Amino acid sequence: MADTFLDSTELVLNMGPQHPSTHGVLRVILKLDGERVLSTECVIGYLHRGVEKIAENRTWQMFAPYVDRMDYVAAVSNGLGYCLAVEKLLGVEAPPRAQAVRVILAELNRIASHLLWLGTHALDIGAITPLFYCMRERELILNIFEKYCGARLTTHAFRIGGLQYETYEGFEKECLQFCDIFDKKIDEYEELLTGNRIWQQRLRGVGILTAEDCKEYGVTGPMLRAAGVKWDLRKAQPYSGYEKYDFEIPTGQNGDTYDRYLVRMQEMRQSARIVRQAVAGIPAGPIMGKVGKVIKPPVGEAYVSIEAPKGELGYYVVSDGSTQPYRVRIRPPSFVNLQALDKMCRGALVADVVAIIGTTDIVLGEVDR
Amino acid sequence: MAATPWESELTQALKAEFGDQILEFSTYAGQNFLVAKPEAAIPILESLKENHGFDYLVDITAVHWPERPEPFDIVYVIYSFPRNERIRMKIRIREGEKPRSAVPVHLTANWLEREVYDMFGIEFEGHPDLRRILLPEEWETFPLRKENSILKTDQHWVQENLGIESGQ
Repeated sequence: MADTFLDSTELVLNMGPQHPSTHGVLRVILKLDGERVLSTECVIGYLHRGVEKIAENRTWQMFAPYVDRMDYVAAVSNGLGYCLAVEKLLGVEAPPRAQAVRVILAELNRIASHLLWLGTHALDIGAITPLFYCMRERELILNIFEKYCGARLTTHAFRIGGLQYETYEGFEKECLQFCDIFDKKIDEYEELLTGNRIWQQRLRGVGILTAEDCKEYGVTGPMLRAAGVKWDLRKAQPYSGYEKYDFEIPTGQNGDTYDRYLVRMQEMRQSARIVRQAVAGIPAGPIMGKVGKVIKPPVGEAYVSIEAPKGELGYYVVSDGSTQPYRVRIRPPSFVNLQALDKMCRGALVADVVAIIGTTDIVLGEVDR
Repeated sequence: MAATPWESELTQALKAEFGDQILEFSTYAGQNFLVAKPEAAIPILESLKENHGFDYLVDITAVHWPERPEPFDIVYVIYSFPRNERIRMKIRIREGEKPRSAVPVHLTANWLEREVYDMFGIEFEGHPDLRRILLPEEWETFPLRKENSILKTDQHWVQENLGIESGQ
């Protein structure tokens, strides 16, 4: 058809870096045949701040606030991963009370991150209402963070070796209150979206990534689970006491955008479940492990990774025995997951690209670092 | 704390297959890693994937040690879903040496190697698309090399493209 009528050839369309549905400053170059995407190319780096270089010029403690600025919608997870990595080098472990509080905050942050994803993803597809609901519930979580450590987004909630702050009075009660509210609200979101015919038609069969593809591309997190792989670092290699909590790993079958939506919705319910258990069992005791004022890990290296809301977040830390890191490598889930965008977009329609970027759940601060 | 030898069925099998191509099997802080000769890296990755179930390449990164005769460590973090095991492989390369690309074995290596090239200037032989990924294409330095201080940016690029005197 294409050769006979108007002799139309490939069309190159530039999307971003300033584009509302790229969630930041992502530039995607689309090669199109009419409405079909032939291939894509991502241009990234607009938010590059040289975080890994900064690390080499700060002390171990001074670098901790910087990691919050990578995935700024899930700063607690970033901080947790970094603290665990340095603790691994030091050979210390946070005391049980600190571990429980860490789990509570990390899971609340997972819900907050997924809520922001749900609101903006739905907005991209054309469903405006969920955004306001999601922001409303997210506000409750941010209020808990603010009361706990004074910051709402870039929290710097943890310290190497434990926590800086004791929980405030009423912390447990507010967390439980949030869970009670949230369980009902998430039913409301699902009522709006899950069975909605327009929602399903826009998402089903779009951006399929099979389990094999995921492993080839190193895709982790909800995207891997939506492809049917029951793998979650919180279960596979538990850290911070996750082995004590009872929760399920939700999975999908088709690995399409709709399954990824379902998986993330289930994950939020599971996170609330973990928060409930952790709040009920916060042990008494100290909140800081045996860590000196000057942190000088012995010469050595370690790779520690956690299940961040977007997937496997890894820190490869190298110490030369001084007060400053010799090298900090951050393995961001968004960066690696974004690489699979091309695979998912090929053969899709232009409008689907927006849905696929949304479902990848990237944060450009983390992609570019 | 010092690294201790690492011995398991896996190391036995790798030893039998690669012999003196693998220089060291060690454990540090409970984490296993091996050090291999640069030319053996890709065959080892392949064997780990095909024969031992290490089907997920987590990360590729580099560390710069300017005083050493082989100044760069390239570190591969590898995970196996069936075994739930994570290991690291390290190779040491000289300045200007071009290690083989891991893209034919794991597609995820594409962007990871581009980032190593972008930050350290290490070129991977056989990489399908080796360009800078995070920094602008005309950028002149490789920032994560130790000789580049944090205050030293590419002034030329900054002046030309941002219209300001310095990036500081």
